[in-house]
Amino acid sequence: MQPSPAAKREIMAPELLAHMSNGREIALAFDEMNGDDGATREVYAGLSDWLAATPGDQLAHRRGEAEAMFRRIGITFSVYGDEQGGERLIPFDIIPRLLAMKEWKKLEAGLEQRVRALNAFIADVYGAREIVRAGIVPEDLVLRNAAFRPEMTRIKPAAGQYVHIAGIDVVRCGEDDLYVLEDNARTPSGVSYMLENREVMFRLFPELFSKMRVRPVDDYPDKLKATLRSLAPASASKEPEIVLLTPGALNSAYYEHSFLSDKMGIELVEGRDLFVRGNVVFMRTTEGPKRVDVIYRRIDDDYLDPLAFRPDSALGVPGLMSAYEAGNVTISNAVGTGIADDKAIYSYMPEIVRFFSGEEPLLKNVPTWRCREQDALKYVLAHLGEMVVKEVNGSGGYGMLVGPHASRAELDAFAARLRHDPSAYIAQPTLSLSTVPCFLDNGIASRHVDLRPFVLCGADKVRIVPGGLTRVAMTAGSLVVNSSQGGGTKDTWVVDDDPAAPALPH
Amino acid sequence: MLSRTADSLFWLSRYMERAENLARVLDVASRMSTLPTEYSGTMNEWESAVATAGCGSLFRQHREKATRESVVDFLVASPDNPNSILACIQTCRTNARAVRGAMTAEMWEVVNGAWLALQNVDFADISGPALARFLAMIMETSLRFDSVAYRTMLRTDPYWFQRLGTFVERADNSARLLDVKYHVLLPQSESVGGGLDYFQWTSLLRSVSALTSFQWVYRESVKPWLVADFLILRPEQPRSLIAVYGEITRFLERIADLYGRQGESQRLARAMLAQLQNTPIDRLFQQGLHEFLGGFINDNNRLGSAIASQYLQ
Repeated sequence: MQPSPAAKREIMAPELLAHMSNGREIALAFDEMNGDDGATREVYAGLSDWLAATPGDQLAHRRGEAEAMFRRIGITFSVYGDEQGGERLIPFDIIPRLLAMKEWKKLEAGLEQRVRALNAFIADVYGAREIVRAGIVPEDLVLRNAAFRPEMTRIKPAAGQYVHIAGIDVVRCGEDDLYVLEDNARTPSGVSYMLENREVMFRLFPELFSKMRVRPVDDYPDKLKATLRSLAPASASKEPEIVLLTPGALNSAYYEHSFLSDKMGIELVEGRDLFVRGNVVFMRTTEGPKRVDVIYRRIDDDYLDPLAFRPDSALGVPGLMSAYEAGNVTISNAVGTGIADDKAIYSYMPEIVRFFSGEEPLLKNVPTWRCREQDALKYVLAHLGEMVVKEVNGSGGYGMLVGPHASRAELDAFAARLRHDPSAYIAQPTLSLSTVPCFLDNGIASRHVDLRPFVLCGADKVRIVPGGLTRVAMTAGSLVVNSSQGGGTKDTWVVDDDPAAPALPH
Repeated sequence: MLSRTADSLFWLSRYMERAENLARVLDVASRMSTLPTEYSGTMNEWESAVATAGCGSLFRQHREKATRESVVDFLVASPDNPNSILACIQTCRTNARAVRGAMTAEMWEVVNGAWLALQNVDFADISGPALARFLAMIMETSLRFDSVAYRTMLRTDPYWFQRLGTFVERADNSARLLDVKYHVLLPQSESVGGGLDYFQWTSLLRSVSALTSFQWVYRESVKPWLVADFLILRPEQPRSLIAVYGEITRFLERIADLYGRQGESQRLARAMLAQLQNTPIDRLFQQGLHEFLGGFINDNNRLGSAIASQYLQ
């Protein structure tokens, strides 16, 4: 629901606002260890004691070890536009972020509901378009959307599922205030960090794991493979050939591509390793051509097939879309899911969830002004200094304005861009993201975080591993957590707090 | 497996082996150059180092004279030389990064570790002890890579392609090493060079870590034709051309068994092994050692192309 300017007082309530002064801001944000009142929250009790008992130099030493491990394993990412073209480490914080099992259960149910709704929405948009006819989502927002793929009105993907892997960005603003910030429904990344962070934590702090019952996440590759397998086309054999399609070693997420293909035991292919003959996809192997059934692609729609989309794409496979249309291959995520990943569509998500599930949404949306609507634009321009403005089609924290942190000149420049092309932007109040303790150069301090859990949606069921990638804004007061913008990560522990949990046999 | 993966494994192994061989060549040249000049034969040590590295003409385009400084600079890290030790390790790592999943984590860590260590080497000032340390590090890296591959890889096609890369490169390098020194190995040169050539022969053996094992096999003092026999025709010497081709033939057979199909590369390798097995050393000298080695290097290249067109494209 579009918030009307009249509702602004409610929306801009203090707990949703970030404040100009860094010190004050942190004081006002919800701290996941110390709550609102400074009393350690139950789930953090053990960790808090451990932090108090562990000397700083020991933490510093372990952090050094962690960094050496990451570098040795080569867990790096490359940054676009970085002159050095170098491979960088993502800063890793060694203090885990904790979620109680009961908190996770609530979140998990909300995630499943949301991703099911995303899938139903996409199927509808490329099918009957009932949600448009019901007047809930405007037609032009769908049909004129850059991410809308007309081809998909003819193509029915396997099991009618579109988003097989979703990364739902969630932020927390209070004890019970969880908001979905973004739905990543194209090719969400970051899951390898979730897995490697856990691995490094296991090696660094075995004593902590013996104190707490942490839900494992390391079966994610198995679950991903099971999901992909469930989506194989009818033409595939019992053992479908699944591959991971990467743009190549220069891509910023290449490490993740090689990591996942290795853990799943599937080939990591580039476009040039594949070819299409008679509407069937093959890969070039040392034994000759081999049929491919499922492609977990980590390249965008635009680059998939030079015959169907960008003709200059050297990353894709000529003829892939014909094979897809013939039903001979599954592309995962399906082509055209970007329509649900759009930030203008995002603002309709509560209605979308209600429309398709008939239930109230379990996860809240951040109030969002669609600048394409004149009243909203007026409001946003008047309150630019308080808002976060994002490109409808942007990702990775590029082209984004954080009002409270912008200079006068930056605000003015952005206002001009907004007026020039209002429909390219949405605006949200600056949320006061929750903070968690981090171990930094000067000791332990609070930093803002978000959470990206990964939701797998197969033909058979939805699978979610308990946890996700916690991203940390490493700079004091900063709210930008994207790794491409200098954000860091930390391990996320879903802690089993059920005292009735069966003890290990002895 | 993917052809591109097999190609990368094949080449990253070749480049690692090449880096090691370059390090060995420089190591021996450094040692030889400390001897009084009358021991050093017709070619200076640095010229023969460049020739062995197979980049003689490229070197002459960029450098006037083969001296310690110019050759060390050129073979270690010069941007003019696409096959410098540094470039070999870099190419090896680029290939490794493209096929990380096809290697074991331990192999990747050796390659990546070497690459990281090279970031901290000051190539502008590499001489004396720094050069010795650098060369030792490169040889050590290659040995570790080889043993880690041997001990950690599954015995399936990725392993056989990795091994093939190592051994095809080793065959090439061993033959070049001999070819550059062939003139001191001819039987009649004993009277010409007399005792002075002794150091040439031993340096050859040393460059392939075979000086001690020579004594165990022949139990007599180093003779040039025995050195040639040892490094070409003795199957028990693991770097001899015959031993290397025995391995290459075996690896290709394993691949053919796995895929259920023989091809050009199996046929070529078997023919080359048979030729080595059926030629006694004196006939080899009668035919001309230099001609033989030149022919061998060409045949080895042909085998490389046959492997590429049969499996890697």
